[in-house]
Amino acid sequence: MIRSTAFVAALAIATPAVAQDFDGPLKGRQGMFQILAINLGIIGDMAKGETEYDAEQAQMAADNLVAITSINPLPLFPEGSDNEALDGTRALPAIWENVDDLGAKWADLGEAAAGMQEVAGNGREALGPALGPVGNACKNCHDEYRASPE
Amino acid sequence: MRKLLIPLAALIVLIGAAGLWLTRAQPVDAARFEGLEGDAAAGETVFIAAGCASCHHAPEAEGEAELVLAGGQRFPSEFGTFVAPNISPSSEGIGDWTLADFAGALTRGVSPEGTHYYPAFPYTAYTRMADADIADLWAYMRTLPADPTPSAAHEVGFPFNIRRGLGLWNTLYLSEDWVMPADTAELERGRYLVEVLAHCGECHTPRGALGGLDTGDWLGGAANPAGDGRIPSLRPGALDWSANDIAYYLESGFTPAYDSVGGHMVAVVDNFAQLPAGDRAAVAAYLKALPEG
Repeated sequence: MIRSTAFVAALAIATPAVAQDFDGPLKGRQGMFQILAINLGIIGDMAKGETEYDAEQAQMAADNLVAITSINPLPLFPEGSDNEALDGTRALPAIWENVDDLGAKWADLGEAAAGMQEVAGNGREALGPALGPVGNACKNCHDEYRASPE
Repeated sequence: MRKLLIPLAALIVLIGAAGLWLTRAQPVDAARFEGLEGDAAAGETVFIAAGCASCHHAPEAEGEAELVLAGGQRFPSEFGTFVAPNISPSSEGIGDWTLADFAGALTRGVSPEGTHYYPAFPYTAYTRMADADIADLWAYMRTLPADPTPSAAHEVGFPFNIRRGLGLWNTLYLSEDWVMPADTAELERGRYLVEVLAHCGECHTPRGALGGLDTGDWLGGAANPAGDGRIPSLRPGALDWSANDIAYYLESGFTPAYDSVGGHMVAVVDNFAQLPAGDRAAVAAYLKALPEG
């Protein structure tokens, strides 16, 4: 009896802390995607013709894409950090039913980033075709694992 | 009393006849398509722009398998769940149809047997398709693989399961008029893509109580019938992207902030990416010309 009361008391204390426990992973993964978006933006704006092509900048951005996609993202997706349990995330619970698939899709993004890294310095015309697989990798994962914006 | 009964009976017959008349299926005149020979290669572009495969490929199909139009994808709505039918060139699909049957389905929403389709199938958009595009699309779809899967029944309850009622619905919502004016060739092409082939209004325009599009709030954003989030407005006041941003999004799936496309728009972007750049630019021009709010 004493033990179960203590257990309930511990739960009562633990529960409000749960959302906060995910604060780090949420900030971490959203930051990770933001870094991807910023570097994609450097390349995409050149491909689109909104900024002048700059081989060095394009190469740097592509190198960053490769560096970020070489991180294993799974520590940033602890079980229970989905959009049904928490506010401020669009991560669907389906992620945790298919963690291996999430890893595989992330690896696809890494491959696409490597493809970009190879050609980013070769001129503006090379960017568009190399962006295709990057965009597809984003879409493939978001399609299954990210909720639409409210 | 006898004197009254006869006019009353006549009146009832008349009302009944008027009801049958109003709710009847109205196929297209077969003569309209006689001698019209479609070009399958041109039809492929129409097929992509119209997004036929996106709804009619089997659930979970990917890559080449998306060209097998076996049906089976489910579309929930407040009227029930619609299941996309087989439209492959087999006898379970449209294999036994004529071009005029096909045109009747696309532009009038009627089957070769003379029953109404539900407007989950966007015939209210396709109704303005050019005859040549219909013939080209028909020629292309004849070249796709035949699939023997029977079409599943829609899961629609009373009173929406009475298809005759759709005849009345059509008198309210099936119109061949354009929604927006277009005074340049580019705007006309954009309008044809947005209002007809790509049927953007089906998701981006709010619907009234009977499920008809509220063209007064054309492309003004709407609830998502699948329940996930809200489908955004495409009007310039809400979508403040440049024309170049819009065209690039339709090509690459990247927003101006380099977020990626999601949900059903993934399939739409996959289709637009395969169209000529001029078509994406035309869609962007059309959207920029929409009313502000």
